[in-house]
Amino acid sequence: MSDTKHTEMVEPTATSAVSADTTKTLRDEPRGRTGWARILLGRDAIMIYLLIATIVIAMISIPRFASPVTVGFLLLDVIPVLLIAMPMTLIIITGEIDLSVASIAGLTSALMGVLWQAGWDIGVVLALGLVVGVLAGAFNGFLVAVVGLPSLAVTIGTLALFRGLALVVIGDNAVANFPPELTAFFTSKIGATGIPTVMIGVLIIVVAFGVILHFTPFGRGLYALGFSTEAARFVGIHVARSKFWLYVASGGVSALAGIYWTLRYSSARSDNASGLELAVIAAVLLGGVSIFGGKGSIPGVVAGVLLIGTINYALRLGRVSDVVLIIVTGTLLIASVVAPSILDAVKRRRHDRRVRRELPQAQPSGSVSA
Amino acid sequence: MTDTVTSTPTPAPTPPPTKSRPGGSRLAGVLRLREFPVALALIVLVLVTYAANPLFLSPQGTKDLLLNATIMIILGVGQALVIITRNVDLSVGSILGLVAFGTGSLFANVPGIPIIAVFAIGLAFGAILGAINGLLVTLARVPALVITLGTLYIYRGLNNAWAGGTQYFADDRPDAFGALSVDTILGFPLITLLAVLVVVVVAIVMAGTRSGRDLYAIGSDPDAAKLFGIPVGRRVFIAFAVNGVLAGLAGVLYASRFNSVGATTGTGLELDVVAAAVVGGVAIFGGSGSVVGAAIGALLLTTITSALTALRVDKFWQQAIVGVLILAAIIIDRVASIRTARRLRLSEARDV
Repeated sequence: MSDTKHTEMVEPTATSAVSADTTKTLRDEPRGRTGWARILLGRDAIMIYLLIATIVIAMISIPRFASPVTVGFLLLDVIPVLLIAMPMTLIIITGEIDLSVASIAGLTSALMGVLWQAGWDIGVVLALGLVVGVLAGAFNGFLVAVVGLPSLAVTIGTLALFRGLALVVIGDNAVANFPPELTAFFTSKIGATGIPTVMIGVLIIVVAFGVILHFTPFGRGLYALGFSTEAARFVGIHVARSKFWLYVASGGVSALAGIYWTLRYSSARSDNASGLELAVIAAVLLGGVSIFGGKGSIPGVVAGVLLIGTINYALRLGRVSDVVLIIVTGTLLIASVVAPSILDAVKRRRHDRRVRRELPQAQPSGSVSA
Repeated sequence: MTDTVTSTPTPAPTPPPTKSRPGGSRLAGVLRLREFPVALALIVLVLVTYAANPLFLSPQGTKDLLLNATIMIILGVGQALVIITRNVDLSVGSILGLVAFGTGSLFANVPGIPIIAVFAIGLAFGAILGAINGLLVTLARVPALVITLGTLYIYRGLNNAWAGGTQYFADDRPDAFGALSVDTILGFPLITLLAVLVVVVVAIVMAGTRSGRDLYAIGSDPDAAKLFGIPVGRRVFIAFAVNGVLAGLAGVLYASRFNSVGATTGTGLELDVVAAAVVGGVAIFGGSGSVVGAAIGALLLTTITSALTALRVDKFWQQAIVGVLILAAIIIDRVASIRTARRLRLSEARDV
């Protein structure tokens, strides 16, 4: 990616090079990949190969892994993270972050419990849960996009605030008597495939976010935003409006995750989904989204989420203690960010050395700054 | 900063919108301190609670208040160091957990080990864990948020693997060790005095030494700091290592203060600690704030819990109020920085 940038920039200045110019692209150096090579060797593709390799290894080495039951439980487990990872990807691409997602899910869950116990119609309960999520997201969006406060600090604040409101709403209670046909639906599978029925809805959301990010002007604008807010403003991107709607989307999807959580476990509690925000962010970053913004893709993130989910599930089946598994998550996360940075350093050094070899030394000519 | 403004002798042709200052410059200076709003909030909170329930400031009440705040203060000071350099350390809860469990197992498995040795081992252990963070952040040039999120999981996982289902209880530890958080001098528990000592030492280093000032320069503008000749990597590394040491200290004190240490000790502390620093006026994007502010922020956040109990407010409101406080702190910070920017612009315009 950086290679392509160089080729655009330095062509005409090559003759007036005074010293070894390390930003110059050499003729025999590989340019940026194009066409199929770019798709098949990119970061996303590597994540997907890793995912497939993990699944194959797990199928071979762990008995009982290759079965519809696995598919079902694995997917049921990753759905909340997968859902929230979608808006999170877009938000991190713009260079912001949302730490309050799990608290919004918890608040939705708590509200659903209280309203349901108070005898409201389940349809109204679900709708209000969603509305609260959207409002919570709009609150974040207002503070970040309109007022212009740093999102990291704001969403740490709303993380505490929304979780606190969940506690205020439902307290220590837990509501469990949701309509059985509804909770049964949320754990039901499509025929004998083992794929949960709700995956259809999740898939629609994933595809929708993928299309928005990769195939609409709005989505392309988000990358521009992540690279440089100033530049994005100059080319006519509505910075504040884009960010605002991303947070609204994040709130809405987090509410959906909260609804799913409540009905899947048939339990509305104030601490539902707590701590999920860090798991989501870890999965998104593992999926190749840069925390600096401007880089990342939906396929990569989906692969990242599924990779963590698969490894965790496989190790659990393989009788690895549940609690030790988070070491894997942490190591994967660090390796996924440190490895590219080491590769970059190696590539840069090789490039520099080659430049020095080709342009032996600085020629002290007087034709500088003519 | 105020001096430069007041010393301009020429009468301004256009009167500045800010009030004239000659008499009240010191007061204005205090009012403009970043720590001022949080300190005021703390004082108001304590006074209101005391008026409603005098038991709140009884010797026992005060002692509980201070004990509850001690560990958070130490963690907040360390976190402030890191945040001032425009980084963040999310792994402190896990470091605290590992060191606290290590302390418990030292006392249980090495009978008769001197307490001072346990402190030394705990601090060294914390330093190593913090140094790993620092190395990864400075060498790999990856944002601290990502690295420390990773080490949050790894350290917690190590703690889980090491502890399993084991827990160590206060019975395993010598009485003198537990007494650290029981005995008081002038009403202050010993471990709180230790925390105050930490705050004072770190505050002096940050305010008066070259390396301390460098941390602010790095946080304000890392590139400029590098051009200026500040060893950015080394300073950031040291900030992380010191934060590790302080988290280690907090871990040892945790084992003294609380009965049991196990696999989940310190889980979820990280965001509270960041919140304490932010409430205390440490800007999340580095370059401003002080460790004293972070300590006051930590004290405020922990005091709220006790105050709400004393005021018989439903305990469920506590976390929501913490959230509102954090948001208020960020907004106050923003308003203050806009004001400063405007004042600087005005004074510069007048000087020209």
